Amino acid sequence: MSELLRFATAGSVDDGKSTLIGRLLFDSKSIFEDQMASVADASERMGLEGPNLALLTDGLRAEREQGITIDVAYRYFATPKRKFIIADTPGHVQYTRNMVTGASTADLAIVLIDARKGVLEQSRRHAFIASLLRIPHLVIAVNKMDLVDYSEDRFNEIVEEFGSFAAKLDISDLTFIPLSALNGDNVVGRSEHMTWFEGSSLLHHLETVHIASDRNLIDARFPVQCVLRPHTDEFHDYRGYAGRVASGVFRAGDEVMVLPSGFTTKIKRIETFDGAVDGAFAPMSVTLLLEDEIDISRGDMICRPQNQPTSAQDIDAMVCWLADETVLSAGSKLSIKHTTRTARAIVKDVKYRLDINSLHRDEAAETLQLNEMGRVSIRTTLPLFFDEYRRSRETGSFILIDEATNATVGAGMILGET
Amino acid sequence: MNYELSHLKTLESESIHIIREVAAEFERPVLLFSGGKDSIVMLRLAEKAFWPAKIPFPVMHIDTGHNFEEVYEYRDRRVAELGIKLVVASVQDSIDSGKQVEQKGPRASRNQLQTMTLLDALEEHGFDAAFGGARRDEEKARSKERVYSFRDEFGQWDPKNQRPELWSLYNGRHLRGEHIRIFPLSNWTELDIWQYIAEDGIEVPNIYYAHEREVFERDGMLLAVTEFVTVMEGEKPETRTVRFRTVGDASCTGAVESDARTVQEVIDEVSATRVTERGATRADDRASEAAMEDRKRQGYF
Repeated sequence: MSELLRFATAGSVDDGKSTLIGRLLFDSKSIFEDQMASVADASERMGLEGPNLALLTDGLRAEREQGITIDVAYRYFATPKRKFIIADTPGHVQYTRNMVTGASTADLAIVLIDARKGVLEQSRRHAFIASLLRIPHLVIAVNKMDLVDYSEDRFNEIVEEFGSFAAKLDISDLTFIPLSALNGDNVVGRSEHMTWFEGSSLLHHLETVHIASDRNLIDARFPVQCVLRPHTDEFHDYRGYAGRVASGVFRAGDEVMVLPSGFTTKIKRIETFDGAVDGAFAPMSVTLLLEDEIDISRGDMICRPQNQPTSAQDIDAMVCWLADETVLSAGSKLSIKHTTRTARAIVKDVKYRLDINSLHRDEAAETLQLNEMGRVSIRTTLPLFFDEYRRSRETGSFILIDEATNATVGAGMILGET
Repeated sequence: MNYELSHLKTLESESIHIIREVAAEFERPVLLFSGGKDSIVMLRLAEKAFWPAKIPFPVMHIDTGHNFEEVYEYRDRRVAELGIKLVVASVQDSIDSGKQVEQKGPRASRNQLQTMTLLDALEEHGFDAAFGGARRDEEKARSKERVYSFRDEFGQWDPKNQRPELWSLYNGRHLRGEHIRIFPLSNWTELDIWQYIAEDGIEVPNIYYAHEREVFERDGMLLAVTEFVTVMEGEKPETRTVRFRTVGDASCTGAVESDARTVQEVIDEVSATRVTERGATRADDRASEAAMEDRKRQGYF
């Protein structure tokens, strides 16, 4: 059975990110002849000497014309062990907004560092965002090792420099890999030029990194998406609650509680189109049938009586502001979407703004602008049923929507009740 | 209990979650069904999302009138099985009413004309969400499109002004007249689709499997000889063993030479192929480097 691994890559064109992705796709035979031909063609028209693999990922007209990457591009490849989804995020302009979009669902992030330049402000920023979004695994790919004579000393310097910065972050699994994307060293196979390196190649790491334990199988949470009532003769009294398990495990016979009503009942059956299942765990989409008839609708949360999420209207969260035309400040009124629940929210306070380069907290700050993040207190019109983001990405995250423009303007990671 | 989910089951679950979100939050969704393998899989996922209830929205076929007979037959049978409503928006009707003008010449295709018929039909029926079977691995403009793709009142896609899309929280808010295209298969690849067809035992029109057909070569593609295309001088029709990798308007959808007569043989072929699905078979994408982006901006699928 092959598993799915989602990973995000961060870095600028100069770090060789496109070359690295091109190399992974090429060596896993996921770049096709017509794509290569069209890249070669476009490179020639641009007067380049060889095919520029960056053109594989830069798909939009403006990107090709201006030589920049505007948005997150998704790439796919597979090996016999795993299927991979790459969210390729640009490193510059609007970096934060793009990176949070690409990284919010990632199991792993790759941050590229140019071996000649060492740890730059940008590398720190990318690593910080990865830790804030709680991407479970971080890989620091020290690229262009061929340009520093495959020097073990240079690699160790970078490991040490980055390591002392990373110690300040909340990163559970950090791996350093020296490589040359251009020559293929340590990308797919082990490098002959760096026999001093005892770790595995990047692809081998991607294929084997243990992700099954990253899921929360403890806190049973089932946000109800919709109620299924067939109204047919065969299913006359059928009433099923459709949704996707956000975390934890549900089994037939389990005692469950429904929020906000607080009623308890038991799970009668867990159904799917392909038949009933004994248990459901994240991220399975299933339908729950309950023993008792209770009034349940979209936005309600099914959990266990002994293990409930926090139910509150006053919430503190790290918010990343994604809008360029407006700012977030005390008094801002927004629409908030959390699991399957939508409410309105008012910003009570901007507690501090975080300088994502120095990790300094600016407590005098009163606003958050595009690409800025900080700790914010909000009050919602309805209680939300949440867990801390660090415990559950699914029940700990929300988005903020501007009610005038309908744009998604904020991404929130819940810290707890205010 | 074993808490592992295969990559296909993970993709299936993600798609079902998206389809349920749309049904819960939009007033009038519609599923765009072409009879192609992607929309067939999408329809199956919609069936799974609401079972044992019926799919709570209609399906719509933007019919160029130049489709293969097998596709119409499949469409009608499947819709009857599911007991759901089928809306057919016909490019021929748009032409007859004078809203569109048929392209001329032997290379004429109705593919471009579909956009206006689609946008008119969405407006006429007041649909505010339209499910499409597009996948991000198909084409480079698509690789940057969101699952919920906002369209303004002209149906246009603005790639530089897309809403950030985080976690599995989708923002479907829009004003009257605007709509959202929904792509539940965004993260599926061509190979995933075929593996799922095999695993789930899904039937697809038999033109996806190898068969004998009269074809001729044009611009490096094999086009079927049908009443909808004019064979030009120098083009030599001959019978070859082919199958279709994509199914669309017969005038611009190419066949590939293939001996794959079963699902497993198709999977083996797709695993080994060195040419993308659209590169091998779609004349519409060959027009220019940014052909798909341009069409999408205008409101294409």
